[in-house]
Amino acid sequence: MRRLLFIVRKEFIQIFRNKAILPLITLVPIIQLIVLSYAADNEVRNVQLAIVDQDHSAYSRLLISKIRASDRFILVDAGASVARAKEGMQLGEVDVVLSIPPQFEKDFLRYKSGEIQLLVDAINGQQATVGAGYLSAIIQSFSQEIREDAAPMLAVQKRAGPQIKLEHAYWFNEELNYKHFMAPGIMGELVTILVMLLTAMNIVREREVGTIEQINVTPIRKWQFILGKMIPFLIIGLLLLTIGLTAGKLLFDVPMRGNLIVVFAYCLVNLAAVLGLGLFISNLSDTQQQAMFTTFFFVIIFILMSGLFTPIESMPQWAQWLTVPNPIAHFVNVMRSVLLKGSSFSDVSYNFWVTGILAVVFNFAAVKSYRKVV
Amino acid sequence: MKPSIQINQIGKTYGDVMALSDINLEVETGELFGLIGPDGAGKTTLFRILTSLLKPNAGEAWVEGLHTVKDYKKIRRIIGYMPGKFSLYQDLSVAENLTFFATIFGTTIQENYHLIKEIYQQLEPFKNRRAGKLSGGMKQKLALCCALIHEPKVLFLDEPTTGVDAVSRAEFWQMLKRLRERGITIMVSTPYMDEASLCERIALIQGGKILSVDAPEAITNSYQKPLYAVRTADYYRLLNDLRDTDFAERVAPFGEFLHLTTREKMPEQEIKDFLLSRGHSDIRLQPAKPTIEDVFLDLMQTT
Repeated sequence: MRRLLFIVRKEFIQIFRNKAILPLITLVPIIQLIVLSYAADNEVRNVQLAIVDQDHSAYSRLLISKIRASDRFILVDAGASVARAKEGMQLGEVDVVLSIPPQFEKDFLRYKSGEIQLLVDAINGQQATVGAGYLSAIIQSFSQEIREDAAPMLAVQKRAGPQIKLEHAYWFNEELNYKHFMAPGIMGELVTILVMLLTAMNIVREREVGTIEQINVTPIRKWQFILGKMIPFLIIGLLLLTIGLTAGKLLFDVPMRGNLIVVFAYCLVNLAAVLGLGLFISNLSDTQQQAMFTTFFFVIIFILMSGLFTPIESMPQWAQWLTVPNPIAHFVNVMRSVLLKGSSFSDVSYNFWVTGILAVVFNFAAVKSYRKVV
Repeated sequence: MKPSIQINQIGKTYGDVMALSDINLEVETGELFGLIGPDGAGKTTLFRILTSLLKPNAGEAWVEGLHTVKDYKKIRRIIGYMPGKFSLYQDLSVAENLTFFATIFGTTIQENYHLIKEIYQQLEPFKNRRAGKLSGGMKQKLALCCALIHEPKVLFLDEPTTGVDAVSRAEFWQMLKRLRERGITIMVSTPYMDEASLCERIALIQGGKILSVDAPEAITNSYQKPLYAVRTADYYRLLNDLRDTDFAERVAPFGEFLHLTTREKMPEQEIKDFLLSRGHSDIRLQPAKPTIEDVFLDLMQTT
């Protein structure tokens, strides 16, 4: 026990003597949290919209003014030519073209229907489809309005029939605040990555410097050595989470509806898994460079398939399976569920279980792969 | 009495490369034993086998009666190992390194201070300095302290004096002598032939094979060929001229002299005449006492 404590103490001394590590575990997470939370904003704004009004009627002007009132669109001047608007789309200056044909108002009043064309640039899929969605919502409400407005003028009195009106309510994040949605996920991701990287570099550094040779001829037991390396990083990981949560609360006022103990408890399990993986990578590598690249490989996959930026539910089935052994995916889910939804332990127990199994597997591999005899 | 270190027919290959072959050695308790050989001779491999870091492909070895493969856990408690490359934590201070290794072995600095006292006193002024910032000689002293702190029965020192200045080297050997007086078996390797005479017995090792094992004097005495030390005004031309002759078996630089081994005993005047005929001046020629280096070069040539 005394031996273990000493290894832990030694690791801490080394960690805090390393000039790069201290800013890495304090400043970097906060900066990333700020930058990523603002940048990774799924909300679509600034859709470049070209309106080609060939009607110049009261109705068309009403529609345009309604669109103008929304702050999601930037109107691109394309005059009255659809061809010119299409050219703009070719050049990437226009995301969506809204074309109002001549006779629009007349047709509407005469035949009780009018046609409007929407041309959407699908290269930038999200911008275009979401933009088009917003636009159709506006057009929907516009059509409702003119119908009521024109009702007396229409030849046949429309009988008020039953109508289904859709209304959205965004639960757990009423204002659809993307920062509230992103920040908890990013915290989970950051803690995982930093800890994984730090551990992956650790044992391999001892090998590179040669200190492992000296350690190996001592009676240190494998588990003591590995546990001695894990405990400091476990503590650092929890510290990181605390820093992240504090920053999230102060900067974005991220709601914390659930019990924070669940978050920290999960973080502990998650760190155990990630540490095991990091040490495993470290044991298999001969140089810090190798360890770095291997970690990089995992980190990229883990992040992109974590559900942080793209929902797991929209991935193909095989990819969804791949997210099961992904500690970041579980962490992101737990953070969001507990902080935003107020989920309890039993709600996220699946994540606990899977991560717990991962922790056992990774650590078993780490202890097995650490050879004291070459 | 059983020997402190016993090596029976040890062999080790790395893939196709033969590192050691058929090594047999016995080192007595309390002996200061030297492994002498150039870089790549297999000294480090042998150390790593004896310290249980490496498994041999052939043969067996025992340290204090403990098998290096089967009893590796026990061996690690009773040996001190100083790898050739400085292997302490460079970012920990002198005192922190020592405390760390003491604790790992379940002991304290106080408990075994008597063992390291003489060496550690020299380090004491720097005890808060990071190990990485020490001079080469100081690093070696610290490494020796760390290898000694758990009172090992056998000490393995892999090229402890490589890269250390002459004064520190001499000091280091003095320390080893004093440790030997405490009954610690010491196996030390070195590429420096002049250090061989400081050991009680030495093994000359080259290309993974042991060429000769004996006391240093016995080894030098075994050299029966006629040996001369020669020097003239033009050292380099002398070397080339002698190498061209029929009577020289080997000419090797040795400090400011050349060591000339002739095929057969011949009068000194005959050699001097030859050198005069080649236009050498300031000729000095005398019979030389063979050194380990001479023996080594001779053995290398014959095997």
